[in-house]
Formats: sequence, structure tokens, C-alpha cells
Amino acid sequence: MPEQPGKNAIEVRGVRKVFGSGEAAVAALDTVSVSIRENEFFTLLGPSGCGKTTLLRLIAGFDYPSAGEILLYGDDIALLPPFKRPVNTVFQSYALFPHMTVAQNIGFGLEMLRKPKAEVKARVAEMLKLVRMEHLASRRTSQISGGQQQRVALARALAPQPKVLLLDEPLSALDYKLRKEMQIELKRLQNQTGITFIFVTHDQEEALTMSDRIAVMSSGKILQVGSPWDIYDKPADRFVADFIGETNFLTASIAGVENGKARATLKSGATITASVADGFQPKAEATVVVRPEHAKLTKGKAELSGTVENIVYFGTDTHIHVRLDGSNDLFIVRQQNARSAGCGFEAGDKAGIAIGDDAAQVLRD
Amino acid sequence: MAKSFSIRHQPGFTTIAAVCFVALYMPIIVLVVYAFNEAPSTSEWGGFSLKWFQSASQNAQVIDATLRSFQIAAIAATLATIAATMAALATTRTPPYPGLTFKYAMINQPLMVPEIVTGVALLIFFSRIKIFTGYSGLGYLIAAHTAFCIPFAYLPIRARLENMDLSLERAAADLYATPWQAFRRVTLPLLWPGILAGLMLAFVISLDDVVITEFVKSGGQDTLPTYMLGQIRRGITPEINAISTAFLLLSVVIVTLFFFVSRKRD
Ligand SMILES: Nc1ncnc2c1ncn2[C@@H]1O[C@H](COP(=O)(O)OP(=O)(O)OP(=O)(O)O)[C@@H](O)[C@H]1O
Ligand SMILES: [Mg+2]
Repeated sequence: MPEQPGKNAIEVRGVRKVFGSGEAAVAALDTVSVSIRENEFFTLLGPSGCGKTTLLRLIAGFDYPSAGEILLYGDDIALLPPFKRPVNTVFQSYALFPHMTVAQNIGFGLEMLRKPKAEVKARVAEMLKLVRMEHLASRRTSQISGGQQQRVALARALAPQPKVLLLDEPLSALDYKLRKEMQIELKRLQNQTGITFIFVTHDQEEALTMSDRIAVMSSGKILQVGSPWDIYDKPADRFVADFIGETNFLTASIAGVENGKARATLKSGATITASVADGFQPKAEATVVVRPEHAKLTKGKAELSGTVENIVYFGTDTHIHVRLDGSNDLFIVRQQNARSAGCGFEAGDKAGIAIGDDAAQVLRD
Repeated sequence: MAKSFSIRHQPGFTTIAAVCFVALYMPIIVLVVYAFNEAPSTSEWGGFSLKWFQSASQNAQVIDATLRSFQIAAIAATLATIAATMAALATTRTPPYPGLTFKYAMINQPLMVPEIVTGVALLIFFSRIKIFTGYSGLGYLIAAHTAFCIPFAYLPIRARLENMDLSLERAAADLYATPWQAFRRVTLPLLWPGILAGLMLAFVISLDDVVITEFVKSGGQDTLPTYMLGQIRRGITPEINAISTAFLLLSVVIVTLFFFVSRKRD
């Protein structure tokens, strides 16, 4: 991956984390390296057990890496205890102090930093305003709703103005509507404070809508780092392509890779131009992916052809399942719906599938 | 099974329960009743009177033993609670490791080793120290009581700690609290009910002890229970009943407090 401009807030270099020893040893993180830029909304995305929380805990200092370095603005912090790191965490369970009021919770970090009383007071007031909780300042944290607790947890972590804010699935305990609200709220807070956010989620939609960049993880490894567009349109490997959104997998023979583009000959005999994933090793046969909305169904001949098998209506769009001639694989095409018009096809129709020049991506595995 | 099993509907259940209750409470009720006996007998009723309470409260030996009991219980319970709190923190705030179960067993040793064995062992051990140092004060009793009170203080404190979310202490550390500050500002305030419960339990246990005290005490160091034991050897008067009744009342009050404190959440 080419080095990007801008300062790095966090640099994770070759970090391994092994739990247990001997035969029972599990590598929760397997040589992970990633750079997180200043002021960015960075998301760790991956299925359960892939090591997201472990990586976050290493950055927070609740645990220490088995190998590797973690740099915060260039300083290795891997072995510092949590209270010496200018990094704060929003816990999944919120972890608000039950014996303190909302305001005392928010002021806790500043108090521990021995800030003058007046400054603490002013900052707490500012934070309460930022998360719109002024009216509940003197409530016990057990006497406020889940969404409000979430805001307090955010305000508490933001109050000491950390260099980096870590959020471990902070929205997973909220219901759908509140979750959507808090997603917007989080983005607003990040813009307003300019603090670097490292956000953990296993929800790909949440990751795509909120992040500046996303790291997709699987079994202790980072598979791909990129903007939501990169991750969605240019997945590097099968896992990423499959984990995020829906996609069609095709087998193709590759000829001539140049400037990140390749000529891929599909089984139907048609040749298309496809972008090539980073780290692609030239080989005769490779997997090509095409997102359902990047292909077009046509009446005439096109790159692929097949028989319409199933039409599924979704309101905003329609999914048309096509059984491909020759390979017998299923290919899904997504069409935007127009008002009071059908999709133009019926089950049993013969149809062509047009794949544009910029629609396909060759995976590295 | 056709019908769900209910112990209450088994033949003889009510009878057995009644017998147990009578066996448990009848002697105590009789003891309390005869504390108010006018006659100097613990078996023949001679009318209601408070005179035994009065005579007990004016008996210099009783006062002396009571004060000593309280002094030992207060100091031993406090020391035991401090030790138990540290032990509970050390055994719950680390990831489990081999040998942890052994440590639980070590801490709870006084619950398992027969008191008489501990009593004899301490008698021999302390008598040596007495010879070497010449010291023969209350220190020995306090040390012994502290030791056997530790598990009683430890259990409620540990129970409370185990119910406490570890992420609270993590959050404190994350917000720049040093381990000591995290303990002072977060762990301790949330642990108080457990500590108080442990303290009260230890206090009652110390107050009540006979066997170890009997072995460890030097001359003139009677506690209330050993004083009572000595009196009974010479014959029982309702004064003993009166003292027992007062003692019972005190224990009930402390145990009730313990119950409310340990039930308190948050
Ligand atoms: N303290 C531990 N001891 C042993 N194994 C652990 C420990 N913590 C995590 N693991 C293992 O490490 C792997 C990664 O765990 P981690 O909690 O980082 O996953 P995650 O990506 O956060 O998953 P989730 O989405 O379910 O929270 C898992 O296989 C887990 O079982
Ligand atoms: Mg997790």
C-alpha cells in the first residue's frame, strides 16, 4: 500500500497477541500492521472473534502485545499502563461509575489529571452541552436511559481531550432508531472535536456510512485497509468481497496486467477490463467479482448470458437472479426501480448481462 | 413423574420441621424466659423481675470481661477486615492462575482446621514467645482472633467484588486514575457494603469465640464467653441467663444489620 500523506496518530507495527501457551495458544492478532491518521474516523470491521477488541485493548493499554510496537505520534506506548496514555475508551457496556452523578462521571478524567476545579467545571459544562445532556447533570447514571448513558460515556471519554478515542461497538446495545441517531451524533462529535476516532463494529453498513477509512479483519489479520469506496468497489480478496455487501464471483483467465487493469476473459468467452487488487500475483486463472448493481441486464447479447430464474422486488430496487449459460452459476443483477414500471423481464426469459469496463475487480486470491 | 415433587407434601415433613424448630428454639426461649426469673433458679419460676440484669450490669467482673470482649472484637475485626479486603482484591483482580485455588484454601484455613487444634497450637507457640519476650498482654488474643476472623470477613467482600464489573476499574485507569486512585475513587466506594458486612460478621465471630480464647488467654484476660463458662462450672444462676440474653440481643442486632448492609446494591 503506498504511503499516504498526513500525520499518523497511531501506528501499529507487526503486533502479535497470543493468548494461552503451548498447545492451547491462540493468536488473537497475527502480525498486524496499520497506520491511523490524525483526525480520521477509522473503523475496525470484522466478524466476531477476529481480534477487533484485542487490538483496541492493546491501544488502550488494558493488555500488552506479545510482539510488535504501537506508536502514538511516534512514541512507542505499547508497554505504558492505561493511565499514562492520552487515549480514552468508550466501553461497550459504558462502564459509567454508578456511585457518581452524570457530571461527576464526565469530570473524572480531568480531576485525575489534576486540572483546576474551575477548569473542570467549565469543561464538564461544555461536554454536557456537546452531548445535549445539560438537564441531567446531577442525575445518578442508573437513573438515565440507555441512549443517555451512551452520551455520558462519550462525554466522559472526550472531556480530557484525548489524542485518540477508542470505541468498542458503542452502539450495539441500542435499538435500531437510536442507533441511527447516535451514528449521526458520533460523526458530528468527531467533526466538532477533531479527535481521531478508532471505532469497532461488526456491522458493515455502519462501517461504510461512518468511516473515513476501514480496516477489514479476519482471524487476527487485517485483510484490507481503505476508504469505504475502496473496500466496497475494490475488495482485495474473497473474504472482504463476501463480507461486505452482496457480490457475484466469476472465474476468468487473466491476460496482461497493466496500470492496475487487467484483461479478463470470462468463461463465456467475452473479455472485459477489470481493476486488479493490490498484491495480485500474476496467474492464469483468478476470481473476478462484480457487484449486482454494477451489471446491467439486456435483451440482446452481452458479456454474459443466461436465463432469468427469479425476480425479487425490494421497493427501491429489484434483484434478478440469472442462471448463467455454460457454468450454471447464479448471477444477481440489481436494478433501480422506476415508478409503475416492471423490471422488463420475466422468469424464464433469456437475457444478456452487460459488464461495463469499470464494473469488475480481480481478487488477489 | 406425574405430579411435580414437593418436599412440603412428603409424609412426616411437618413433624420433622416442628421437631427441629423446637429443638433449636425451645432452649433459647427457656433461657431468655428464666433471665427474668425472680427466684434464684433456672428451672423454677418465681415471678417476673429484672434484678438479674441489674446485678449483671453491676458485676465488676462482667463489666471487665464485656469491655475486654469488645476491645478484642473491635481491633481483631478491623485488622481481619483490612487483611481480608486485600486478600479479596488479590484473588479476584487477577486472571485465574494455577495455585489460586490453593490460596483460597489458605485464606479459609480457619474454617477447616478444628478450633481445638488451632487453640493447642497457639497455646504452645505463644507460650514460647511469652518466655522470650516477657510480653503477656492482650496482643496474643487479638492476633489469634484476627487470624480466625479473616475468612469470615473475606467471604462477603469477595462475593461483592466478584459481582462488580471489572470494566469500571478499567474505565478509571483509562481516565488517568493511578491504581491507588482507581481503588480509592471507584473500587472502595462500591465495595463498602461488602467491607461493612465482613466487618460485622468478623466482630460477631470474635465476640462469640470460646475455644481458642480459652487456650490463648493469660490470667485475668477473661472475655465474656470464657467468663460465663467459668461461672457455669460453679453453678448457674439466672444472672448467666441475663448476660446470655443481652448477648443474644446484641448478636441479633448485628446480624440483622449485616443482612441489610450486604443486601444493599449499588
Ligand atoms: N483473555 C483471553 N484469553 C484467551 N483468548 C482470548 C482472550 N481474549 C480474546 N481471546 C480470543 O481472541 C480472539 C479475538 O477476540 P476479540 O475479543 O478480539 O474478538 P472481537 O473481534 O472483538 O469479537 P466480537 O465481535 O465478538 O467482540 C477470539 O478468538 C477470542 O476467543
Ligand atoms: Mg469485541
